[in-house]
Amino acid sequence: MDARDTIPILIETSAATDGCFQNTRPLLHEIAHALRRLQLEGVATTLDLSAIPFGPGDERQLIDFLGKGEVSAKLEAMGESLIWESRYAGVWIVEHRSTSSERLAFQLEITKLPAILASQPEDIAESLLMLREALESPQADGTLV
Amino acid sequence: MVDKKIKTLGDALRRNGVSRRGFLKFCTATASMMALPPAMVPALAASLDKARRPSVIWLSFQECTGCTESLTRSHSPTLENLIFDHISLDYHHTLQAASGHAAEAAREEAMRANEGNYLVVVDGAIPLGNPGYSTIAGFSNLQILEETAAGAAAVIAVGSCAAFGGLPKADPNPTGAVSVRDIVTDKPVVNVSGCPPIPVVITGVLAHFLTFGTLPELDEYGRPKAFFGTSIHDRCYRRPFYDKGLFANTFDDEGARKGWCLYKLGCKGPMTYNACATVKWNEGTSWPVESGHGCLGCSQPDFWDAGGFYNALSIPVGDISRTTSYAAAAGLGVAAVAAGINHKTKVAARKRHDRVTIDDLEKIS
Repeated sequence: MDARDTIPILIETSAATDGCFQNTRPLLHEIAHALRRLQLEGVATTLDLSAIPFGPGDERQLIDFLGKGEVSAKLEAMGESLIWESRYAGVWIVEHRSTSSERLAFQLEITKLPAILASQPEDIAESLLMLREALESPQADGTLV
Repeated sequence: MVDKKIKTLGDALRRNGVSRRGFLKFCTATASMMALPPAMVPALAASLDKARRPSVIWLSFQECTGCTESLTRSHSPTLENLIFDHISLDYHHTLQAASGHAAEAAREEAMRANEGNYLVVVDGAIPLGNPGYSTIAGFSNLQILEETAAGAAAVIAVGSCAAFGGLPKADPNPTGAVSVRDIVTDKPVVNVSGCPPIPVVITGVLAHFLTFGTLPELDEYGRPKAFFGTSIHDRCYRRPFYDKGLFANTFDDEGARKGWCLYKLGCKGPMTYNACATVKWNEGTSWPVESGHGCLGCSQPDFWDAGGFYNALSIPVGDISRTTSYAAAAGLGVAAVAAGINHKTKVAARKRHDRVTIDDLEKIS
């Protein structure tokens, strides 16, 4: 739970302005252009949402509009990261959080698969060493673990 | 405390069991913090992996400690902490345990051991009117700054007081306060202005130095363009209302309730360059305009003398003759100081505190 949730103040946003700051539509056009590039040229695009001037409600409107698709993943590395494909295939939402659940980065990746989901060569090399070490050092009773 | 045997940031993260994915996540967040395009992440990863620990000496002069508070009270544990943990903060008289001679000895040792390579961070203005206005261990702020900056790689002026003189320099400037750039003229000086500055902007500059070993590209006021390159107005989510001519006229009228543009209520967004509109404050929760209050323009020079926070756009100016005479009294190049005060400001000075109308602004833009 975010520490801010414990503050007993309810922030009310006027119904007249809720999500109506008109900053979502231009971004959706940019996503459409990026998706077209991915389709025709295979070029991936990353949009840093923390650099977009969102008003209250704009971000929620964007995320609601994009929705959830078939794939979602949770990464546990220096805190939790949530990665999911929107209902528009090729448009991924990547949210990195710290160990205390504070948002570190929030991005849209227009790609076939976000790179951070793939096993990394450095980690694969380390895994191989660890696996070999385990195989070469069996327990006294002959079991591996 | 960071293990001194750990040479690079990559070493430090690996020792703490951080996987490559974790490191890439760290790089993604750092790139976002440094306002670098996401395409820079692989290059950033390669550089950060090899980044070494720079020595940092933090000097506090005529200030309120708000800048240090901004940084240390930022959300924790975060990216800022990781960056901050990785630098070797060898002197900060608010944070360090040592005091008196031991504290000064730590500063001198850091300067000797890292000659030509350490960073000096300064918060607070430097009084030239009388050295006794602000001293540390019996030395004037001017003496300490000149001595410490002499062997530094660069100086980072944190907060509007260090960057531009800030509140201490506000009219009538009783202590003869000047900025770091008025004193340090032979080293790169980066101004991270704001009252206080956004914490990630402070650490973003440190991260840039740590990553690339260089300082970021600066604007005409010596501020990193990555964070100060666009005006609050241009990045404001309420900008569409300005474009449509929809303004709040009081803090409780229909326009205020509907979140319309706050220009008529004194918002200084059109003349203020900072990252508040996108980075925001308190873990990205909000920022002044989102809370219904106009921008005060705190990252601009002489914002305290802008003639009223609630007047529709006034133009902040300082007492140019006074600043110049203090600089001259300190043996500084008057021409260099005068050059820093551009013609536009002089013209604006004559119109000091004049009210500017919407029509005037539209003529300008």
